[in-house]
Amino acid sequence: MTSELNRMTIAEARDGLARRDFSAIELTRACLEQIKLVDPKINAFITVCAHEALEQAAAADRRLAAGDAPALCGIPLAIKDIYATRGVRTTCASKMLENFVPPFDATVIARLREAGAVFIGKANMDEFAMGSSTENSAFGATRNPHNVERVPGGSSGGSAAAVAADECLGALGTDTGGSIRLPAAFCGVAGIKPTYSRVSRYGVIAYASSLDQVGPFAKTVRDAAILLRTLAGHDPHDSTCSARPVPDYEAALTGDVRGMRIGVPKEYFGAGMEPQVETAIRAALASYERLGATLVEISLPHTEYAIAAYYIVATAEASANLARYDGIRYGLRVEADNTGELYNRTRAAGFGAEVKRRIMLGAFVLSAGYYDAYYLKGQKVRTLIRGDFDRAFARCDVIATPVAPTTAFKIGEKMADPLQMYLSDIFTISVNLAGLPGLSIPCGFDSDGLPIGLQLIGAPFAEETILRAGDAFERTGAITRRAAIL
Amino acid sequence: MADSKISVEQVRHVARLARLELSAADETALQANLSEILQYIDQLNRLDTSAVAPTAQVGEAGTPMRDDVIANRPDPEAMLANAPARAGHLFKVPRIIE
Amino acid sequence: MSDNAYEAIIGLEVHTHLMTRSKLFCGCSAGFGAGPNENVCPVCMGMPGVLPVLNRHAVELAIRAGLAAHCEIAPESIFDRKSYFYPDLPKGYQISQYELPLCKGGYIELPAHSEGAEPRRIRLTRIHMEEDAGKNIHESGASLVDFNRSGVPLVEIVSEPDIRSADEAGAYLRELRSILRYIEASDGKMEEGGLRCDVNVSVRKRGAAEFGVKTEIKNLNSFRFVEKAIEHEVARQIDILEAGGRIAQETHLWDPVREVTRPMRSKEFANDYRYFPEPDLPPLRVPPDLVEAIKTAMPELPADQRARFVRELGLTAYEAAVLTQDRDLGAYFETMLAAGLKNHRTAANWVMTEVLRVVNEAARPLADAAPLAIESGELLKLVETGAISLNAAKTAFAAMCKSGKGADATVAELGLAQVSDEGAIAAACDQVIAAEAAKVAEYRGGRDKLFGFFVGQVMKAMGGKGNPKVVNEILKRKLSG
Ligand SMILES: [Zn+2]
Repeated sequence: MTSELNRMTIAEARDGLARRDFSAIELTRACLEQIKLVDPKINAFITVCAHEALEQAAAADRRLAAGDAPALCGIPLAIKDIYATRGVRTTCASKMLENFVPPFDATVIARLREAGAVFIGKANMDEFAMGSSTENSAFGATRNPHNVERVPGGSSGGSAAAVAADECLGALGTDTGGSIRLPAAFCGVAGIKPTYSRVSRYGVIAYASSLDQVGPFAKTVRDAAILLRTLAGHDPHDSTCSARPVPDYEAALTGDVRGMRIGVPKEYFGAGMEPQVETAIRAALASYERLGATLVEISLPHTEYAIAAYYIVATAEASANLARYDGIRYGLRVEADNTGELYNRTRAAGFGAEVKRRIMLGAFVLSAGYYDAYYLKGQKVRTLIRGDFDRAFARCDVIATPVAPTTAFKIGEKMADPLQMYLSDIFTISVNLAGLPGLSIPCGFDSDGLPIGLQLIGAPFAEETILRAGDAFERTGAITRRAAIL
Repeated sequence: MADSKISVEQVRHVARLARLELSAADETALQANLSEILQYIDQLNRLDTSAVAPTAQVGEAGTPMRDDVIANRPDPEAMLANAPARAGHLFKVPRIIE
Repeated sequence: MSDNAYEAIIGLEVHTHLMTRSKLFCGCSAGFGAGPNENVCPVCMGMPGVLPVLNRHAVELAIRAGLAAHCEIAPESIFDRKSYFYPDLPKGYQISQYELPLCKGGYIELPAHSEGAEPRRIRLTRIHMEEDAGKNIHESGASLVDFNRSGVPLVEIVSEPDIRSADEAGAYLRELRSILRYIEASDGKMEEGGLRCDVNVSVRKRGAAEFGVKTEIKNLNSFRFVEKAIEHEVARQIDILEAGGRIAQETHLWDPVREVTRPMRSKEFANDYRYFPEPDLPPLRVPPDLVEAIKTAMPELPADQRARFVRELGLTAYEAAVLTQDRDLGAYFETMLAAGLKNHRTAANWVMTEVLRVVNEAARPLADAAPLAIESGELLKLVETGAISLNAAKTAFAAMCKSGKGADATVAELGLAQVSDEGAIAAACDQVIAAEAAKVAEYRGGRDKLFGFFVGQVMKAMGGKGNPKVVNEILKRKLSG
């Protein structure tokens, strides 16, 4: 029994813990055992917090025994190493922060602590969340649990892989251009990027502040809904965080999608898509029709411009967000006899190639003489992309698209060609530019056994709608979760 | 690179702004990468945006404000715990040259 | 001299701390005097993942400053990031306002110091909010950084190039400081960096329509330095032009020891601050009712108080200008009047001479150096009723400054009260007349000039306390009798 505990969903474990069928310590131990077993093959974790996790589990058991169990009491979670965790080193997968130990918790970390969650470890990622494959990590690439020759997607690849490999029950990621949805699709798990402002960003190491959003990975849509309810909500430490009340997302999972209008954007089914991906998506759409939803053809005409606009806006913000890594207050320092040299050398040594590339691009598009041609242009195209979605949501409740045109690509395949890597996010990036919620759920496998992801996009704050749609599909049982092949 | 979108001098200038020491190989690689990306970005020029307002943020409108109260207690040890170099409760840096 | 053929074109950028309890974007104390890096937190240290949250009181104070300077308050303004690297700048950018500042336009009216003179208006370009940086302490071969000041709220007040002389720049700064103190936005203390000034200076031939090339003089931290630096820079530019040279557009630093400006090392890529809208702060919205509420609660401004002093209290323009240079001084004067003084100008002159003297001599704030205003008022009231002489009042005032005791008590303690009792004065007069028979005879024989001698003798006999008016009356009567 104990050896199987780590395979449970959060909903199952929650009930089992409440019934005292097993203890939080046993559950945590099962996850730690699995990490010991499989993590050498997939490298999903930068830091495993065995000691702290067992302490948290013991505390959870005490609360369970006292009948005072909060929402996530005793649930082991992997935390993307982008979240500030008090007293636990937080690297952002960068040499720059290899030894950085934050003196504070991110707001969502504090919320999860309060909800009784157990932090099993800090998950691997692309350095500063810049990447689509989790290969840009100073701590080595993470590998896809379905095929270790393949990438898990990025940037939250460690979190997705850890969930897929049953090293934990759920995980936290962040999504700036697809960094939750792409790895969820590549690893065959559920992942949701909520509406921008739905979840606090305080203590989440910033990549692109106007795009970054916190979200969970889970084995089921229900589990994602359970996690999101704890994560979401107003935070006085984040000026961009919404004060709207947080609904009970789990209660929204009625299984009923009758009358739901599902928009299918024609621009998302073009050249470059693998036929097997299209087949799986079309099959999922057919299931929705059988469940009583109606399909509506819609158009998002500016989709092709999204990546270009994104790489202007995101890198501009990143160039400023990463200016704080200067070797003075924390983080790596390469000594020099004056501050100018100290900055130059520290930043040259501390940042990886992709991070440097994006800082350079961002500084360039903001620099004198180029601001209007690039930065301002990118912001205007952002307006056009938002407008596309506004018009589309007048005609439908949910937009369904593939998460990516392909399944997980090979390790190393795109590392030499940054632009090709950027294009992996072609279907996810518009959602960040528009600030919308997007859910990624598995909807099939290709002939190599690699998962295919369906993306369900909602109007602002329509998380309940997309979770309901995702859950309804999951209930059809069309996809049985396949344990990762390890 | 005749058709490059960005010159080596521009790469150096931006690297100075961004405080990144670049090797000659870095410069060449970055010139090629950035040129390719900027070339790709140029497709935005197909769109006439003269009448389009820019979008800087997509969250709720209007910044919230906090009351003017002191909420933090002094804890210099915690604030200096990650310092690469310090002198007492001060951060230590070499000679300041911009 | 050729100097007269030129005019100076001067614009000032003044930075001043806003008097809040906490910092602009975090809950750290904005106060002075803490040990190094005690008033810091992850936010103002620029740790990874932190976010700013705006201090409402700082916004209110900035709006107050804008209203006091007749600015237009933007219903929506934007914070921007200004990027540059410096060890005291923790995030690698400063949160400031660039394209859409909180306050636009407006002007500062300089007080007219003589009757009938037109007040000068110096137009403002803008007032915007921003955060301060930390402090670098230079040691030999190294620097130490303290972030206590990092994130303290500032406003930057930018004038149009309307100022024409060093004197006028000084007058502008004094009036600005006075306004900021009146509205309790800033204490305007230059020594603690409460007021810092950058100056833009150019010169042109008088009557020319175009501006000359300007230089910027940075980081002047006293009014005197501002005036000296402008004088020096104007003379330097005129010398260059007269010699047929050209002014280079550059930034200068003021060397307070040698009293000269010298160019900063030129940085070829300086000033590419790469401003862009701060994504962590949505636009600052100021609803009209908030502006109205702040307007309603505004304290009286120096210009209004000045006008009232002239109109209602009969002071001269000069007296009113001196008394309103500092809010405490104006308030001191008005509190004195509350003792029921009828002669306002005597009170005004008392403040301008006696009170300002002790403040300057003590080099301490008014509240520490001078007695309570109401006690000063009571003292002058004693002069008005004839209970003491003006000289006795000065003696009492000096004592009160040291002892902190009240007017009545001090006058009694020092026995300064005048004797007006006719019987006592008559007796003293009789005594003097009896003792000085020869001089009495001379006086009565026509030597009128001797009257002063007799007054002196009587006063001497009375220990100086005789009421001079009564002494005069009685003595005159007795001598002519
Ligand atoms: Zn602070």
